[in-house]
Amino acid sequence: MNTSLINYTLHLADTALVMGHRNSEWCGHGPVLEQDIAISNIALDFIGQARNFYQYAASLSGNGATEDTLAYLRDVQDFKNLLITEIPNGDWAQTTLRQFLVSSYQYYLYQQLQYSTDEQLAAIAAKSLKEVTYHVRWSSEWVIRLGDGTEESHQRLLKAVDEIWNFTGEMFVPAAYEQELNTNKTGVDVLAIQPLWLHKVQEVFAEATISIPAKSFIQQGGKTGIHTEYLGYILAEMQFLQRAYPGAEW
Amino acid sequence: MTILTDHIKEVKHKIWSLLETVNDPEVPVLSVIDLGIIRDVQIEQSGATGYKPIISITPTYSGCPAMDVISMQIRMVLLEAGFTTIEIKQVLSPAWTTEWMSAEGKDKLKAYGIAPPQYKQAVCTPDAFQAEEAIQCPQCNSWNTTMVSQFGSTACKALYKCEDCKEPFDYFKCH
Ligand SMILES: [Zn+2]
Repeated sequence: MNTSLINYTLHLADTALVMGHRNSEWCGHGPVLEQDIAISNIALDFIGQARNFYQYAASLSGNGATEDTLAYLRDVQDFKNLLITEIPNGDWAQTTLRQFLVSSYQYYLYQQLQYSTDEQLAAIAAKSLKEVTYHVRWSSEWVIRLGDGTEESHQRLLKAVDEIWNFTGEMFVPAAYEQELNTNKTGVDVLAIQPLWLHKVQEVFAEATISIPAKSFIQQGGKTGIHTEYLGYILAEMQFLQRAYPGAEW
Repeated sequence: MTILTDHIKEVKHKIWSLLETVNDPEVPVLSVIDLGIIRDVQIEQSGATGYKPIISITPTYSGCPAMDVISMQIRMVLLEAGFTTIEIKQVLSPAWTTEWMSAEGKDKLKAYGIAPPQYKQAVCTPDAFQAEEAIQCPQCNSWNTTMVSQFGSTACKALYKCEDCKEPFDYFKCH
């Protein structure tokens, strides 16, 4: 059993699931109907991607694991999602900025992962990449629209950058399992995609008339199970039903 | 041996025609074959006289909620036709594309009031504010249409409106 491969797959799955959950919180609360539908559709894409990764992780783990036990019966310290996905949605500026930062990262990540020596990871990445392309386009348009919009929207975007920028560095600090999979071309070298990501962010920020913060503090820990206080609340809501009524089905 | 091969061919043919009757629950004018999600049909000998169909399907979008319903409907149709052991496999690679939608399916979509995906795959890039694809209104055939939202009523559609007949419509977007 390849523990690193399982951890890596769970890391990809958890990031997608938690992001999907946060986006789903907007369902019925979007600023206008079309955008409510857009973010709910994006949430659905993320949950679908998470399912594909969980199903694969479950097949690697054996021991009766299923996509459901992995999503619903693991606890905070077992989750390996990026911290940026678990912080609260904030306003529309913070939500769309987070979407842009995460989706651009996923875009370059999956672009590489589709050539993984692991066939299943490659297949999930190639499939997800098509969806992520739409997410990057949609979210970067919002960042530009808000940054280059009114005085208030500009201020709100600046505040959002201030709130979440510290969480972006973690994407490019490889965990031990990422380093290990990197050596046999199963995983992706996150350090190598950092310049691509940064270039994309610079390009969109320039159009949005804002700049990348100079400070470089990196808030990290998510990849190895050290989370903010927010993840516990997310899991409490997401997992309640399966914990209270084990094995419940629709 | 040739008799057996002929018979397997016949069973396969029967399965393909049964699959033609299974529709996408979200766009009920399209069969799963029109949609291009059936990737393979194989037959295995099962027991002394029976056959086991192995159907490979691929999702349109990762989170498409119709996939579970479609798998169940395929199973039902095959059970009704007398097959008792059935395997439905999900394959992800190569990833589904709207280019796999049949020409007949595209005509059915248009008649149903949904603009079909372009015959030639439009360039799908992450660039912001790119020039919109010219999409023809399925009601009045005007090309004078504008995109309202890249995301529509289901994952596979975008929302458009026609500037001539003023009708809003769904566009089955290129993927
Ligand atoms: Zn029209």
